Amino acid sequence: MIMSGMHKLLFSGALAALTLLAGCERPPIESVQRGYRGTAMVGVYNPRTLEVQAPKHQAPEAVPAVPAGGPAASTVYKNVQVLGDLSLAEFTRTMVAITQWVAPEQGCAYCHAGGNFEADDLYTKVVARKMLQMTRTVNTSWKSHVADTGVTCYTCHRGNPVPENIWFTDSGPTARSRHMGDRAGQNFPSKVTAYASLPVDPFTPFLKEAKEIRVYGTTALPEGNMQSIKQAEWTYSLMTHMSDALGVNCTYCHNSQSFGSWEGSTPQRATAWHGIRMARSLNNTYMEPLTANFPKERLGPEGDVAKANCATCHQGAYKPLYGAAMAKDYPALYGAGATAAAAPAAMPAAVAKARKPAAPAK
Amino acid sequence: MAILSFEKKYRVRGGTLVGGDLFDFWVGPFYVGFFGVTTIFFTAVGTALILWGAALGGTWNVWQINIAPPDLSYGLGLAPLREGGLWQLITVCATGAFVSWALREVEICRKLGMGFHVPFAFSFAILAYVTLVIVRPLLMGAWGHGFPYGILSHLDWVSNTGYQYLHFHYNPAHMLAITFFFTNCLALGMHGGLVLSASNPAPGETYKTNEHENTYFRDTIGYSIGTLGIHRLGLFLALSAVFWSAVCIVISGPFWTRGWPEWWTWWLKLPIWR
Repeated sequence: MIMSGMHKLLFSGALAALTLLAGCERPPIESVQRGYRGTAMVGVYNPRTLEVQAPKHQAPEAVPAVPAGGPAASTVYKNVQVLGDLSLAEFTRTMVAITQWVAPEQGCAYCHAGGNFEADDLYTKVVARKMLQMTRTVNTSWKSHVADTGVTCYTCHRGNPVPENIWFTDSGPTARSRHMGDRAGQNFPSKVTAYASLPVDPFTPFLKEAKEIRVYGTTALPEGNMQSIKQAEWTYSLMTHMSDALGVNCTYCHNSQSFGSWEGSTPQRATAWHGIRMARSLNNTYMEPLTANFPKERLGPEGDVAKANCATCHQGAYKPLYGAAMAKDYPALYGAGATAAAAPAAMPAAVAKARKPAAPAK
Repeated sequence: MAILSFEKKYRVRGGTLVGGDLFDFWVGPFYVGFFGVTTIFFTAVGTALILWGAALGGTWNVWQINIAPPDLSYGLGLAPLREGGLWQLITVCATGAFVSWALREVEICRKLGMGFHVPFAFSFAILAYVTLVIVRPLLMGAWGHGFPYGILSHLDWVSNTGYQYLHFHYNPAHMLAITFFFTNCLALGMHGGLVLSASNPAPGETYKTNEHENTYFRDTIGYSIGTLGIHRLGLFLALSAVFWSAVCIVISGPFWTRGWPEWWTWWLKLPIWR
């Protein structure tokens, strides 16, 4: 049968609509208001996706507490540089927890070869020590970002000896360009930029070096702001990574009426501001100095050490492990004591449901 | 406005959809009809509600007046007047006025024995508005997803809604809509330019008609769509622009919750090279 013109039109229209929807999701969706009504500062979630992701953001049960007191770990074990002050029982408990968090399959031998606990032969032990110091720094000096929730090894590792979300310097696409010109790291699909055509390595300039992230002009007319669109794209790339890493959109922190205005921004933007500085500081203070300790196969293609970005801890959740306060159960992860909790950010109901079983029993 | 003597012969009775002869009359140059009355009613009530909302808002700066939809917590229920209820009533009035106007156009078309191209075209504009403030909020489960009524505030809404999906230019329907808007502009500009160039000949030349117009484009690009065809094309381009605009916003949220760039990963995932 020959289709009439109208039928052809309808047919191709329906085909186009189907093609368009093929890669899509469906209602009902869930939304969370984060600004004044009508500003469209709203988080939009697919509850079915959140449900699938929920187990990933479930914090493991705490290792049973041990009675206080007893000899210090340093009196029993040799070469205990960080945790020496802990009681022997608490020290052992911490070691059990770390093994579960970081090397559940490999066990103690991942860091302690041949039952010789004091030896620093394995690079993994040297790294682990540095990471313990880093964790303490995060929990005591970066409360501006982690508040009293704090972090544990599990926050990043999730049972993997190497955290799943780490970054290396990537000059990638520039080198691979077959044409003239500098791609400036663009036009290459990457999870980092949530698949937008933005520079794929915003981390080197912003989370290692301290390049200026703010590029917008503060005057109505161009009066001396020399930042280019290309520079704005690096910033956009970092912001896209932050959104993707937290499973949120731009309006979680910003009112796009003015990205730079703190008055129009949400409180989460201040937390994120500290987070950027935290990641940069940790990368430079703790990761970079470890470069020589790592074997070559653990370094990036350009020879640099693995570093942290927002996804390293957050892994797609607006708060790592949906804000489960794991660290408070482990005094080893603080140099000093812990204090009050931070104001909670609004969350979708599916998240609230998911985090309930993991919430600390009080 | 004076009525031209020959216009009277077009002022025929009948063709009404509702109300029979009741409102089948003219006021000055304007046909009234049942839907003229409902248009006036919804417009008057809606405008009064907007003024009320503006009076509550604390500013008479016309740029800053803002009548916002309810908080999302009200879902699809009614909100108190000062907390979005006014927005809900204004939305009802606006939709009522727009639909009334379209149906009044239909009645006039019927009187004149014309096609319904004008009300059909106008209904696309209504579709876009209804999609924004009724269909999409229904699909997302809260009236609060509608845009606020205010000159600057609705622009902020557009901007933030775009950034809910990280980079809205990757929205495929938005791409189509923009392309149609620009093409529509191009076609209208060329059409206007062509007609004016034919009707403004060089000094000493005679007024030119459609054969010159056709020849101009045949000489330039080898093809002329013709005098009727250009209007078909114009209508198609304009309606497509509006249609895909409506599609691009209704899929953002109800049918896609993540960044729009990520939607394109279906291309990367095609089995041929995955």
